Amino acid sequence: MVETLVTEPYSDPRQQHDAAMMGMYIFLGNEVMLFGGLFAVALYTRLVHTKEAVAASRALHYGIGGTNTAILLTSSLCIALAVEAGRQGERKLAIRWLIGAIVLGLGFLSLKGYEYLEEFQEGLMPFTGFDTAIKTPVQHLYMDLYLIATGLHALHMVIGVGLLAYLVIGLSKRWIVVPERAITLIVVGLYWHFVDAVWVFLYPVLYLAR
Amino acid sequence: MTDFAEAHRPSNLSQTGLSETETERVSYLRAGHSLSSWLFTTDHKRIAILYLISITFFFFVGGAAAALIRLDLLTPKADLLTNEGYNRAFTIHGVIMVWFFLIPSIPNTFGNFLVPLMIGARDLAFPRLNLLSWYIFMLAGLFTLFVLIAGGVDTGWTFYTPLSSMFAHANVVLAATAVFIAGFSSILTGINFIVTTHKLRCPGMTWGRLPLFVWSIYATSLVLVLATPVLSITLVLIAAERLFGLGIFNPALGGDPLLYQHLFWFYSHPAVYIMVLPALGVVSELVAAAAHKPIFGYQFVAGSSLAIAVIGFFVWGHHMFVAGQSMYASAVFSFLSLLVAVPSGIKVYNWTATLYKGHISLDPPFLFAMAFIGLFVVGGLTGLILAMLAVDVHVHDTYFVVAHFHYIMVGGTVSAFFGALHFWWPKMIGRKYSLVWGRLSAIFIFLGFNLTFFPQFLLGYWGMPRRYHVYAPQFQVLHVFSSTGASVLAVAYLVPFLYLFYSMRYGEPAGDNPWPAIGLEWTTPSPPPKHNFAKIPVVSGPPYDYHVEIEGKDG
Repeated sequence: MVETLVTEPYSDPRQQHDAAMMGMYIFLGNEVMLFGGLFAVALYTRLVHTKEAVAASRALHYGIGGTNTAILLTSSLCIALAVEAGRQGERKLAIRWLIGAIVLGLGFLSLKGYEYLEEFQEGLMPFTGFDTAIKTPVQHLYMDLYLIATGLHALHMVIGVGLLAYLVIGLSKRWIVVPERAITLIVVGLYWHFVDAVWVFLYPVLYLAR
Repeated sequence: MTDFAEAHRPSNLSQTGLSETETERVSYLRAGHSLSSWLFTTDHKRIAILYLISITFFFFVGGAAAALIRLDLLTPKADLLTNEGYNRAFTIHGVIMVWFFLIPSIPNTFGNFLVPLMIGARDLAFPRLNLLSWYIFMLAGLFTLFVLIAGGVDTGWTFYTPLSSMFAHANVVLAATAVFIAGFSSILTGINFIVTTHKLRCPGMTWGRLPLFVWSIYATSLVLVLATPVLSITLVLIAAERLFGLGIFNPALGGDPLLYQHLFWFYSHPAVYIMVLPALGVVSELVAAAAHKPIFGYQFVAGSSLAIAVIGFFVWGHHMFVAGQSMYASAVFSFLSLLVAVPSGIKVYNWTATLYKGHISLDPPFLFAMAFIGLFVVGGLTGLILAMLAVDVHVHDTYFVVAHFHYIMVGGTVSAFFGALHFWWPKMIGRKYSLVWGRLSAIFIFLGFNLTFFPQFLLGYWGMPRRYHVYAPQFQVLHVFSSTGASVLAVAYLVPFLYLFYSMRYGEPAGDNPWPAIGLEWTTPSPPPKHNFAKIPVVSGPPYDYHVEIEGKDG
């Protein structure tokens, strides 16, 4: 292992690295539980009210969702390459891949915003007075869940883009030094992959449940 | 620092982990006296003290609300509080006591202070995250106090829908935000303890040699990390319903009010074990130290903590036996709830077996531990009554339930908290306190507690519903008993603060190991130096390695 900066209370770089990784994995386990409640409710709705849930799902723009899935998966590739570059100490290359991921992340968010706007104009948004196209209570519940789940995911994306921007600034100003502090990249990378994976599950559960 | 020491100071001190100045090597309490040396500290011991001060404050705020409730219940009529006022008083009592005292009480004070000391580490795995978690906790606390000043909430600490989402006219969203924020503090603390226990044990400190307190904090942390996010998302859903009309829990919009109860108790029942597991760990330590014997059945006591944590995730439905859930689901939840009695029973029997033929010293920590065991057993057994499907219908939502969970939460956890405070106070502060006063307060806490809450079992069994403040006159005698007990209890809770504060200045120095007990924390000076151990210790023997007398050998 390359020389890592060891800080208190650690004495061994390996131990410090493992602790950081483990802390992040447990945090992501906790995030799984955060989304888990929503997934449980969505799947339960699908199971109990199959017909209405399927009808509600058909009203969603699966094309936009699919495009976004492709965008996110590509962004994860950028992150993986950025982390690898960071571990090798290739600062500039890491910055380039990170910027690529930021652009894709912003692309995802813009497309998501456009999709929300479309749904709003179609009367699919579950706000009182604007829910003209919503026919059954189940569809209402479905759209509530859709909005909250994708909104929460979008919030995670915003935080993720913020973290990536932090990495880019840190790397270019050199207060994040690679490869010594590559762990920062690795941990943020894990977070990004997790947010990506959440979408990989959200997409079929919400859009493709037909 | 002398010139000689200055000249020979190693250049990479932050990397060796040793304290930098002479005073830091003497005691963590002397490593800086400025306010910022406390507010920006990353020393787990100082953060523990910060938590101790803040949760004590919240304990008295919650206690003041309890005093209002008990005063109002002295008479069958509503003389002191209005209906609305009474609802707000018990809500604030519940919210503050659950999220700002019970959940952080033992883990965040004693867990913070002791886990690194007990496993031979210089700090927790993420010291800065630890400090951040205190700030988040304080932010949430201030939010709660703001809600209190702004007029309070009247939904009960459970925020049940549709009351909280459609009918309550109070600051539900603000209160939910406070609890939501407090959740992040819990999660960060939980992550920190889990990683610390995995990665920072000193050489020779194997899993089979971990002190039982660390085992219980570890189990608690697992629950904290896995259950808290479910509460977070539930509170988000409530806020979404109140703010934007997204009716996940509103039947008119396709939602389901019962769903709220499922999600809420999926967190809040495990949260009960968050509150009581650390207390069980404390009592294991106190019992072994008081008996001067190795703990009986170490593996079983450690394993039962994990078993309680795991089973605790599958019993939430027992809060909803009369809420209209499927009969078959209720039967399963009833069975699983009864199952919790097995690991709990293992602990109680093993403590008893540990005490058997021990050289017991009747010091305050031991008395608190005994108070804990007695009250925990009563609370636990009445819990079994409540887990029975048929009996629960009769006592559901009565004072029987109130008495049951106060026996566990207040009788159990608060007694253990005071026990821990009396046991480790000499280590934390470096001074001895008056043992006589300690024994007296342990006894009066036990008596006052029983006088307060035992009548409530009778009240509940005879039909007094919870959360009512206007009641039938025949219940008054028992309510007067209960309120009298509450005032005894209040005094008994206040007295320790007097003699403990007194000991800080006038107590005699405690020495490294005043009790004398076995454990790495007792090998450091009292109070410990800033970085705990000058040299990381190496463990070579089993835990609780007390000298065992064998009949015919040592007499």
